[in-house]
Amino acid sequence: MASSWTIDSVKEALTTKKISARELTAEFYRRIAEKNPAINGYLALSQERAYAQADKVDALIASGKQLPALGGVPIAVKDVLSTRGTVTTCGSKILEHYVPPYDATAVKRLEEAGAILLGKTNCDEFAMGSSNENSAYGPVKNPVAPDRVPGGSSGGSAAVVAADLAVASLGTDTGGSIRQPGALCGIPAMMGSYGRVSRYGLIAFASSLDRIGPFAHSVKDVAAVLQVIAGRDANDSTSTTAPVPVYTDEIGKPVKGMRIGVPRDYFAEGLDAGVRSKVEAGIELLKQLGCEAVDIRMPHTDYAIATYYIIATAEASSNLARYDGVRFGLRVDDPTLLGMYRKTRGAGFGPEVKRRIVLGTYVLSAGYYDAYYLKGQKVRALIAQDFRDAFQKVDAIVTPTSPIPAFKLGEKTADPLAMYLADIYTVTGSLAGVPGISVPCGNTPQGLPVGLQMFGPAFGESQILRLAHAFEQAGGNRG
Amino acid sequence: MKITRDDVSRVAELAYLDLSESELEMYRAQIDEILEYIGKLNELDTSNVAPMAQVLTDDQTADATLREDVEVPCGIAAEVLRGAPDPEPPFFRVPKVIEK
Repeated sequence: MASSWTIDSVKEALTTKKISARELTAEFYRRIAEKNPAINGYLALSQERAYAQADKVDALIASGKQLPALGGVPIAVKDVLSTRGTVTTCGSKILEHYVPPYDATAVKRLEEAGAILLGKTNCDEFAMGSSNENSAYGPVKNPVAPDRVPGGSSGGSAAVVAADLAVASLGTDTGGSIRQPGALCGIPAMMGSYGRVSRYGLIAFASSLDRIGPFAHSVKDVAAVLQVIAGRDANDSTSTTAPVPVYTDEIGKPVKGMRIGVPRDYFAEGLDAGVRSKVEAGIELLKQLGCEAVDIRMPHTDYAIATYYIIATAEASSNLARYDGVRFGLRVDDPTLLGMYRKTRGAGFGPEVKRRIVLGTYVLSAGYYDAYYLKGQKVRALIAQDFRDAFQKVDAIVTPTSPIPAFKLGEKTADPLAMYLADIYTVTGSLAGVPGISVPCGNTPQGLPVGLQMFGPAFGESQILRLAHAFEQAGGNRG
Repeated sequence: MKITRDDVSRVAELAYLDLSESELEMYRAQIDEILEYIGKLNELDTSNVAPMAQVLTDDQTADATLREDVEVPCGIAAEVLRGAPDPEPPFFRVPKVIEK
């Protein structure tokens, strides 16, 4: 296959009339029909909507008007983002036939910028998981190694881009669910700061942690998609009015003299040797580009998983209370209301979601609230302080994205705690609210992609995009 | 042991979640292991730390959290009801709660 489409190459091909938006859309659907059955990245296709949008783009071109930022670019969105008129399941049986009555703000903004929505991507049920094996609709296969997981929870969004079944996609990240699948599938993937992108229409898992962000083939395209979805939205009171820089301009600025923090706490026991050597080589490359590497400590890193699984499950148990068989989704009949609730939830939720509801309800329950939930919130403050302290000394923090490369399907499903521990390097930034990007940094000796993670200070998206772009341009992904 | 089978059963009751006998036992064992792991947080003295409920600082949300309380029609009530398991517009119908 020819090299992957990018936002620029799509727009160039359209404006020079090498291909029409309708033909391009059809070409992507042809590829999807051919390759998706093996990958299982798409759960639903939105052809009618896609062709209607393609025709609008073609009309724009015919009238000689300039294409908007994402004019004619075929994209996919994770199935936890509401799409009006298109089934949105969250990878769950409880929402198998749910058709949202409105669009998520991020989806709306993509379409307003001319993007063509091809379909909805597979994910772990309610975005809970690190391997995509918790989807009620079957796991996604990693396009790089089909016997392995694509990562999760946004496994479908990563896989469809990696397999050239979309030019870019949106995922969501609560504890690593964008960055980790990006790393495992070998493509750039980013979550902006908490508050950078409106969560309106994102079906909630853990409201203080959930973020929406892009996957693409290049850092430049990641920046272009973030540009479109970022910014204040009156429908999400946690979306901030902090100004949105022109990321696509920012990425070209020099990185010479940038100070990059390397926390030795992220290179501890459990880090795969193949991943470690690639990440260390990546840091060397950044030094060659003129960055100054600084040894830093982030002493509460080792407590992040425990903290995350208290806070995320507590918030999930509350958010998922809405699935009760009354207003939407599945209902399992019973003569009593309480019986109807219990049976609906017992039948509709899968094993990981139930596990988290039980754990989350427990840590919030009378007698345990202080010992678990309150304690977790206090340690979260310490983890956030680690980041603030670090950003007094450095401009960005560079770490591995995942301690391990893509693992075999089924390898970790029997041991939930072992699966949780794989999130060690991503959950810290989730708890602190800072932006993070994973950029490909070569392959392990077995040929599995490795991701280099870069954290910036809150609303410092520009500097990590710039760093990631320079790294990519310097050939950081080769080898 | 951090959590008993009765604890799991009580919590499932609070969460209106039907669990089978085998699920109760599986979750008891798995959550016990997770809580054991979470216990490492007790290594940290947090007596002087304020709990962090959200990440946004005040200055970023000063005008983000508060807005004028104005009524805006959403216009999607009929569509919402159409998606309900047992609608009787303008109501959602549920099993009888109060006996006559």
